[in-house]
Amino acid sequence: MSRLPLTPSATVGPYLAIGLTWEDGEFVVPEDTEGAIWIRGTVFDGNGDVVPDALVETWQADPEGRFDHPDDPRGAVAHPGFRGFGRAQTVPDGEFALCTLKPGRVPDGEGGLQAPHVDVSVFARGLLDRVVTRVYFADEAEANAADAVLQGLPEDRRATLLATPTDDGYRFDVRLQGDRETVFFAV
Amino acid sequence: MTRTTPAAAPAGLHLPRYLREDPAARTPVGFAGYRSTAVRAPLRTPVDLPHRLTEVTGPLLGEDRVRPEDADLTRRAGGEAVGQRIVVHGRVLDSDGRPVPHTLVEIWQANAAGRYRHVVDTWPAPLDPHFDGLGRVVTDAEGRYEFLTVKPGAYPWRNHDNAWRPAHIHFSLFGRAFTQRLVTQMYFPDDPLFFQDPIYNAIPEAARPAAVSRFDHSRTVDHWALAFEWDVVLRGADQTPFETEDDGDVA
Ligand SMILES: [Fe+3]
Repeated sequence: MSRLPLTPSATVGPYLAIGLTWEDGEFVVPEDTEGAIWIRGTVFDGNGDVVPDALVETWQADPEGRFDHPDDPRGAVAHPGFRGFGRAQTVPDGEFALCTLKPGRVPDGEGGLQAPHVDVSVFARGLLDRVVTRVYFADEAEANAADAVLQGLPEDRRATLLATPTDDGYRFDVRLQGDRETVFFAV
Repeated sequence: MTRTTPAAAPAGLHLPRYLREDPAARTPVGFAGYRSTAVRAPLRTPVDLPHRLTEVTGPLLGEDRVRPEDADLTRRAGGEAVGQRIVVHGRVLDSDGRPVPHTLVEIWQANAAGRYRHVVDTWPAPLDPHFDGLGRVVTDAEGRYEFLTVKPGAYPWRNHDNAWRPAHIHFSLFGRAFTQRLVTQMYFPDDPLFFQDPIYNAIPEAARPAAVSRFDHSRTVDHWALAFEWDVVLRGADQTPFETEDDGDVA
């Protein structure tokens, strides 16, 4: 069977705020939800300068490691108000912030469990396609040690995916280039 | 591992497997002619991420994010936008030709003079008080979408000497899985500015036709609007079911 040619990607350009920002974009859950945390971070370019016009999108499981989606065969999710999805621009000072619940562990399909993680897409002027990474949590040492994706990475690069605890959640900076370039994934 | 609703996965799991695209056929993240990629596009080779549950699911956003008037960009702030009225329509499909129904389509564009309503767009073309450049619709059961808008103007930028972007409309699509997420630009046929545009020319040559809309005389409206048709094709899924041990694991 012949396949249709895919539509090629293009940059979001400098004016993405017109079309892609939502008033409630940063709230994966409402702020007053029990257990809500903030994931905050800055996106840096290869010169170490802040990228003030990026968009960060996240997709994640709920605290039980389940997805409100027909292709998750385990059934419905028990967290009203939890959207699983967040989008935040890195404005005005280059920092993004997302209010969410910490995800649970998700089966890896090979009999094991993945460590808690959040899938991330970063869009910006100067990127002709999104770049994809994952947030893992530095305080989940045991789960992280058993995670096949994390353990498949060289130790010095693994650290770029670990969000570090803060007063109200976690910090996760993204480095698009450089010595500490974030690990990006091909999906 | 407990499975709370055994009926949902009676004899093993049937998860879609999204096809990986040949890197040679897709737009590279960075492209030498597009200057700002130099310090922004990652330099290391991306690591292959297996498609697990997080990747084969995704936000299913629908009607709750869209108002009926969001499909008509020509009437904003109590008046009518200046410019050549156009219908932009098409279908959202996957690469097996299956429609993607009830999925959010977000667009943004410059006005007829080539100016964006955005603080960093300051070139001396007029803003239009009745055009904000934002549109949103949800595809119907057959994956169809349709907007009424005005044809965007070309606009200058500082990438190279006397650089102009070909007319384009920015599109954002979710599909039904994280793997299908796409942000792209729709071009118009036979644009004379293609030859000098690095964002267009970064697309591998064989894939460029898929970025260009088709003039659609059958959908023009007499004494009202011209029309362009553009289908958006997202990555398809291998529908061949695969079985796993019935132990509640999911891939
Ligand atoms: Fe543009």
